[in-house]
Amino acid sequence: MVISVKDLSVALPEGADRSHAMTGITFDVAAGEVLCIVGESGSGKSVTANTIMNLLPPGLTPVSGTIEMGGRDLLKLSEAEKRQMRGSEVAMIFQEPMTALNPLMRIKDQIAEVFEAHGALNKEEREAKALKLVEEVGLPDPPKILRAYPFQLSGGQRQRVMIAMALALEPKLLIADEPTTALDVTTQAQILKLVRNLQEAHGMAVLFITHDIGVVAEIADRVIVMRQGEIVEQGATADVIGAPQTDYTRRLINSVPSLIPPEPRDLSADKVTVSVTGLEKTFVTSGGFFTPKREVRAIDNMSFDLKRGETLGIVGESGSGKSTTGRCIARLMEPNAGEICLGDVDWGTLAAKELRAQRNRVQMVFQDPYASLNPRRKIATILTEGAVAQGQDKQEALDYARELLETVGLDASSLGRYPHEFSGGQRQRIGIARALMMRPEILIADEAVSALDVSVQAQVLDLFQKLREMFDLSIIFITHDLCVAAQVCDRILVMHQGGVVEAGNTSEVFATPSHDYTRSLLAAVPGWKDDSPLRRSRTAP
Amino acid sequence: MNGFMKQFLRNKGAVAGLILLSIVVIVAVIAPFIYPQSPWTMVQRPFQPPMELDGFWFGTDVLGRDIGAGLAHGARVSLIVGLVSTLVALLIGLPIGALAGYFGGIWDDILMRFTEFFQTIPSFALAIVIVAILQPSLSGIVLAISIVSWPPVARLVRGEFLSLRSREYVQAAILSGLSPMNIIFRQILPNAISPIIVLASLMVASAILLESALSFLGLGDPNVMSWGYMIGAGRTVLRQAWWICVFPGLAILFTVLALNLIGEGLNDALNPRLARKGR
Repeated sequence: MVISVKDLSVALPEGADRSHAMTGITFDVAAGEVLCIVGESGSGKSVTANTIMNLLPPGLTPVSGTIEMGGRDLLKLSEAEKRQMRGSEVAMIFQEPMTALNPLMRIKDQIAEVFEAHGALNKEEREAKALKLVEEVGLPDPPKILRAYPFQLSGGQRQRVMIAMALALEPKLLIADEPTTALDVTTQAQILKLVRNLQEAHGMAVLFITHDIGVVAEIADRVIVMRQGEIVEQGATADVIGAPQTDYTRRLINSVPSLIPPEPRDLSADKVTVSVTGLEKTFVTSGGFFTPKREVRAIDNMSFDLKRGETLGIVGESGSGKSTTGRCIARLMEPNAGEICLGDVDWGTLAAKELRAQRNRVQMVFQDPYASLNPRRKIATILTEGAVAQGQDKQEALDYARELLETVGLDASSLGRYPHEFSGGQRQRIGIARALMMRPEILIADEAVSALDVSVQAQVLDLFQKLREMFDLSIIFITHDLCVAAQVCDRILVMHQGGVVEAGNTSEVFATPSHDYTRSLLAAVPGWKDDSPLRRSRTAP
Repeated sequence: MNGFMKQFLRNKGAVAGLILLSIVVIVAVIAPFIYPQSPWTMVQRPFQPPMELDGFWFGTDVLGRDIGAGLAHGARVSLIVGLVSTLVALLIGLPIGALAGYFGGIWDDILMRFTEFFQTIPSFALAIVIVAILQPSLSGIVLAISIVSWPPVARLVRGEFLSLRSREYVQAAILSGLSPMNIIFRQILPNAISPIIVLASLMVASAILLESALSFLGLGDPNVMSWGYMIGAGRTVLRQAWWICVFPGLAILFTVLALNLIGEGLNDALNPRLARKGR
């Protein structure tokens, strides 16, 4: 065993929502093994990793248990021994590679610093080793990368640099805390593959923390499922995902949206509500006296129709222009060219006053449930102020708000409360209710479920389906998550660098993708390979 | 509000500041009752040292005026000038910053160049010029102080609006068809109010200093007794009669210190994430 954790408990400060961040955690990681800890937010999975690294935030203290590694208890080390242990025996990579790297240091110096801190190698050897590491993690043109600063690298490249630094001293255990969560799906696939390859080449043990069951299915040998600071279930990946023993694990796995789309609905008879032709949007960064202007084409000649009661998915990686499309259609941004027609109204060219009177027709649900509600206003005001501004009677608006809150699954008494009193999922429901208050024809959901835990995500997705039927809404569903798109969208547009590379019915696009980019996107979705336990558990009758 | 008070009272300096300021406010309020006579009337022999005569704890000045009366009546002037000029500065700076931050683009350019025009002129020199043009009077001084102290407000408010404008709840408000004025004043402003309050508390302090400096130079309102005027009038006899300058000087010091401490406490309480640790 590389490391064995026994009966570990960490106390939370007084006044927290529970007494312990985690209790009675026991597990081992063997050399050459990838152990995944999976759980929803607040399950204590990151605290577990930080305890091993002795990086607990102030206020959290281990109260019992041992972490044994190489015959020593890591919890009982002196400060100097802890420093020695970090990096050389246990290394860690983090979620956000931009903030984990020093922005003012060249990559070369950051890697050399690891050796310096541990007094290993002389100057030339350090540089030679840095070059070798950068090559090993598959970065292109290693000498150039070594001279670069972090901001000159992409997210995936930065994460590779982090991995190179972690590998520098040949640690026995690599802890990866959500290392791919901030990355695009194709980059994520590459990084996962890299971690797997390096782990095999070096015979390391890897402790991989994630919230994503798909990632678990992709990379883990064994898996631990955590919930509210306790281990719910552990075992070999195929067993836990294929035949979960506990209700919680079963629920967790079942709430993962499937990459296999459901049977398509027949929408041929419905009327077109939005038609977009030749939409273009270019961002121009304003140049200074000496710097030239820079142009970025965010949307390039985009056209599509959306029918009444239909859900259209716009999928793509970050920077593909999918959010910009949503904002242009909502008229939060002015497109440079193209037509947007709502029924027979030329929506794209409505003047400000006219537009404000008709704003209610297109509404949006936003990504971040914490930023999308004004923290200083009560729910009642948040819900009704738009309707009142449109000339509705205040009492009538309140009655409707009460009705809608119940429709989205919240108690009508929520009206008198402030946003901070609600959880992320509840806030997202309030955001949806706010959009519905305006009685829209079109609802644009911009990454509306991306910030939510997977079980809450499933509930909110169901809510969208229910509301679409209840109100006969046309929904534009913008997402980076192909599994989510597969579950809710009737039709799908795949965007890449501002252009639509593929469009069609969801089931057709997913079954027979015609464009290379779509194929690579689909192949990169973690956990859905042909023989993966996740796919088998979903396709089984 | 309860949590806010708790946070505020945790900062011992802020509590001390609040106590000091309360004393100044109380003295200002009861000044006409403890010193019913005008502070300009000569009531005793000149150059009486403090504690020498009954009822004249702070001594008398070159003309035999009671320094205690001057301090008490000066407190009113200082506080009124501080408060009113800060309010006027907010009234100018807030809308300018809000419009520049919310609308951006050409509006931002115009309003910010206008603001910078005021920022490039040394503020004290500008205040002297304005007072000289307007004739020394209380309202003239208030106006001069406001005109030189609104640019920081505008810049702060603009910065807050720039970052808050792109928040999703503001976007949602735009989609609800709310008018720009409604969005500026009812959606964004309440969320930007904390740093503005902190800045305002510090502006009151600097307004008091500015008023004292103007009166010291003899540019104050000749009809109202102020701390700055008292120091200015006593400075020629500083070596014979220290008390004429020292007491009003201490009054200015403690009032400004109190306001700064309160400002710091407000900052800690209103922006808890920025509060320094270890208090």
